Amino acid sequence: MAKTTVQEFTKGLWAEIPPFRLVLGLCPTLAVTKTVENGVGMGIATTFVLVCSNVLISLLRSVIPKKVRIACFIVVIATFVTIVELVMQAYAYPLFLKLGIFIPLIVVNCIVLGRAEAFAAKNAPVPSLADGLGIGIGFTLSLTALAAVREIFGSGTFTVPISGLAVPVFGPEFQPFSFMVEAPGAFVCLGLMLCIMNMFGKK
Amino acid sequence: MREMIKLFLTIVVFSAVAGGLLATVRSATRDRIEFQQLVFVKGPTIRQIMEGASNNPVEDSFKILDGDIERTLFKGKFDGNFNTVAFEAHAAGFGGDIGVIAAINVDTDRIVGVGVTTHSETPGVGSRAKTDPSFSKQFKGMPVAEPFSVKADGGEIDALSGATVTSRGVCAAVSKIADTYTRLKDKVLTEMKS
Repeated sequence: MAKTTVQEFTKGLWAEIPPFRLVLGLCPTLAVTKTVENGVGMGIATTFVLVCSNVLISLLRSVIPKKVRIACFIVVIATFVTIVELVMQAYAYPLFLKLGIFIPLIVVNCIVLGRAEAFAAKNAPVPSLADGLGIGIGFTLSLTALAAVREIFGSGTFTVPISGLAVPVFGPEFQPFSFMVEAPGAFVCLGLMLCIMNMFGKK
Repeated sequence: MREMIKLFLTIVVFSAVAGGLLATVRSATRDRIEFQQLVFVKGPTIRQIMEGASNNPVEDSFKILDGDIERTLFKGKFDGNFNTVAFEAHAAGFGGDIGVIAAINVDTDRIVGVGVTTHSETPGVGSRAKTDPSFSKQFKGMPVAEPFSVKADGGEIDALSGATVTSRGVCAAVSKIADTYTRLKDKVLTEMKS
């Protein structure tokens, strides 16, 4: 059942949204959602890599031999990730310092390699672009939502992206639920959001 | 066999193109990244070790040609005189190169302060070289002429517990700075007094 380009795009925003429906990319999801700014930054970086690698791999899909396809995909993905890293260092250095090692880890983010192998290698560039863009934006939305919950309850602030301003959400008497910004809290939050999404899905 | 050659060539071509593209992007962003590192990483360290300076050392910088290397030095003004100079050197640490900036008083030839800029040391262990002020404070006041080493090597510096390699790396970097300073002292003084 072939989808239209628009459908390829919108599926990434709900039906196949990572990491809640397409349970991939959990490692960066858990790690960078301590603040909203980090979550948004990581989402945008991953979206850029996803779109670029999807399009390029789709364009080269007839040239890449099946036996070395994973190696070729990784070369393409790693190149774009390195470009993102260099551009981030040049234009958003504080964000680069905060995301640290998770930027190079986008190379092994299962979402990127997964879409390359499952979609871009078998479809034309325009649907691949829509797929990459949709899933990337969906990922960014998920990260933002999870980061918002964790940061608001865990630190009592909301860090506005680009400005870096940590806006206190509750009054000064608020006792932050610091469990939320630690690793166990990340897992619990992710689990709860998965649960809520499943409730909405099964109608 | 033919198939193997085709597979091999495909990957070689991919890698070559990728390498070329990345080299281009890197050289295009190199200056800008250096500037960003100065503002966000080196800048705070320089201001911290030259605490109390009446100028902004990051802005008062000059370059000196040391053989093939162009070094950037930062001037600090204390009591109305430009009498302190700081610059960076790198030495091998535990996880890679450690970047260290040391400030030297040109009138007394003594260390005014030492700070770590970039490193890849173990978090919580070697990283304390950057975060623990009592470690870097040891270098304060030490003469430039004397070598810098940890007590295990016969020197004066108390190494960070569990991070001897890192501590040695910082000492080596400070020694490099001291040597370079002594070697370039005439040029430095000319620049400072102008």
